Amino acid sequence: MSDIRPATVVAENPVSSPSATLLRASFEKQLRSQHGQFRLEVEFEVPSGFTILFGASGAGKTTVLDCLAGLAAPDLGTISLGHRPLFDSSRRTNTPTAHRRVGYVFQSLALFPHMTVEQNVAYGIAHLPHDERARRVATLLDAFRISHLTKRKAGNISGGESQRVALARTLVTDPEFLLMDEPLAALDAPTKARIIEDLREWNRAHSIPILYVTHSREEVFALGERVVVLDGGRVLAQGTPHQVLNAPYRETVAQLAGVENIFDAVVEAVHPERGTMTCRIPGDAGAVVLETPLVRGGVGSMLRIGIRAGDILLAITPPTGLSARNVIPGRIQSLEQRDVIVSAQVRCRVLMEVHLTMAARDSLGLVPGKEVWLVIKTHSCHLLQC
Amino acid sequence: MPIDWQTFRLTLQLAFTVSLILLALGVPIAYWIAFSRWRWKFLVEAVVALPIVLPPTVLGFYVLVALGPRSPLGRWWISLTGHTLAFTFTGLAIGSILYSLPFAVQPFAASFSAVDRKLIAASATLGASSVRTFFRIVAPISVSGLVTGVALSFAHTMGEFGVVLMVGGNIPGITRTVSIDIYDRVQSGDYAGANQTALVLLIVCFALLAVVYGLNRRASVLYPIK
Repeated sequence: MSDIRPATVVAENPVSSPSATLLRASFEKQLRSQHGQFRLEVEFEVPSGFTILFGASGAGKTTVLDCLAGLAAPDLGTISLGHRPLFDSSRRTNTPTAHRRVGYVFQSLALFPHMTVEQNVAYGIAHLPHDERARRVATLLDAFRISHLTKRKAGNISGGESQRVALARTLVTDPEFLLMDEPLAALDAPTKARIIEDLREWNRAHSIPILYVTHSREEVFALGERVVVLDGGRVLAQGTPHQVLNAPYRETVAQLAGVENIFDAVVEAVHPERGTMTCRIPGDAGAVVLETPLVRGGVGSMLRIGIRAGDILLAITPPTGLSARNVIPGRIQSLEQRDVIVSAQVRCRVLMEVHLTMAARDSLGLVPGKEVWLVIKTHSCHLLQC
Repeated sequence: MPIDWQTFRLTLQLAFTVSLILLALGVPIAYWIAFSRWRWKFLVEAVVALPIVLPPTVLGFYVLVALGPRSPLGRWWISLTGHTLAFTFTGLAIGSILYSLPFAVQPFAASFSAVDRKLIAASATLGASSVRTFFRIVAPISVSGLVTGVALSFAHTMGEFGVVLMVGGNIPGITRTVSIDIYDRVQSGDYAGANQTALVLLIVCFALLAVVYGLNRRASVLYPIK
């Protein structure tokens, strides 16, 4: 492991409201999984607004949420919301779940199947007087566009409707922080986007910390004001998606973040005056030379370069007059369609994966064997810790 | 001899008493068995299940000894009421409760365990106490297990013989149940009376169970368990 840069990029709090509460967590917990013992050791902050907890399955995301909600207890550490301690192992403080004022939307949603939509939503505010309760339920049902489902049994409504009921049921209690465990994973993109927009609208008025768990990197960019990357029970990085996923970072983050092309390289020359350096990636028939951003480390040092498949441009004639510094000739080896994108494997001494649209493939007449030129901006070359 | 309706009245009274007490007593025990994480929990489960394997005479014998004037419990009861627990309706009910305990607790605990833990967690995050969670979430979803447990303990009490004989004896109007009445008739050669009594018992039990299971079928439609 080299020391190019610290892996943790902590962003300054992007929310400036002084009354906004901050959820802080710093704890450890020993877990037993099918794969044996596993230690969860995390430290992160969730300001008001959306924070994404990002990690592969088995990274410990759900356990983190359960600890924040009080459904599981850490072995050691502290959890606090603003000035309110929720858990403190040194003082033996452990606020019971029912008193944490937490909203938790489960992956399975956990709607009460024997109750109607209305009864589900009213469940958390049974202590309120009848009129107030009815008013609040109506407001939330309206805000999440499910007023027409009021009398339906929660077991008999569609997936998207269930997600909306689960959100309304949670938010009607006016939680002080919200945990969401991939609740929208099963939905199609437009439905998901509409629900998220309704949730954002709700949070504009309430401004509470929302921790949203996902393993989908599209959601990281679509939702997150901040992201906390969890891997193997540890926080690898936290900050804005841009900071975390674009700065030099560990290879694990790169793989999680979907950097398809990762190469070992040697620094051939440094150009401090331009803020760049020249790196050589050895291939099977000669090397690919790339201009990359400057990082510490002199000529001859080894490093690893990551390039996202979606960041590479593809041309069918030698391009000229470009600002991009890297133009590499190559030949298409294979084309594969995945959903709406086309993934091309391009042989240019090394094998590089390039993503393009179907329209681009058709208008350029791309077929395997065709000669192409890859265009890569200097700052699309991410230098990784390895 | 004609049918002795008093024994029917007594048997039904005993079965109702026992199954109602078992509902009250069995629910907390079953709840604890379903949700406790105590590592020695299995020992408690084994004790609760004992009456299934023990011969009723063994159980009845221990209950008789425990209720009798030589045991601390028996002496305490005598100092309180002036008479012994053995050979009384109360003593008979205590023996029957112990004997039918697993038939109530096991269906209760099985249905509590089957409730999705996320529903219980969701209830807690919505601010509900564990008592409220039990009455609003766990119990309604477990309703068919609750009905089954009550029905089984009722039926089991209706038909018991060994424990009744050991603990209750055979006192008309106090501890003489239908099953003992039938046994007595056979012993004394009154086959016609035994036949009539047995037939009535069969019909009564079938009717009761049919009603219970019929309602239970409706209940499981009302509360679909996914």
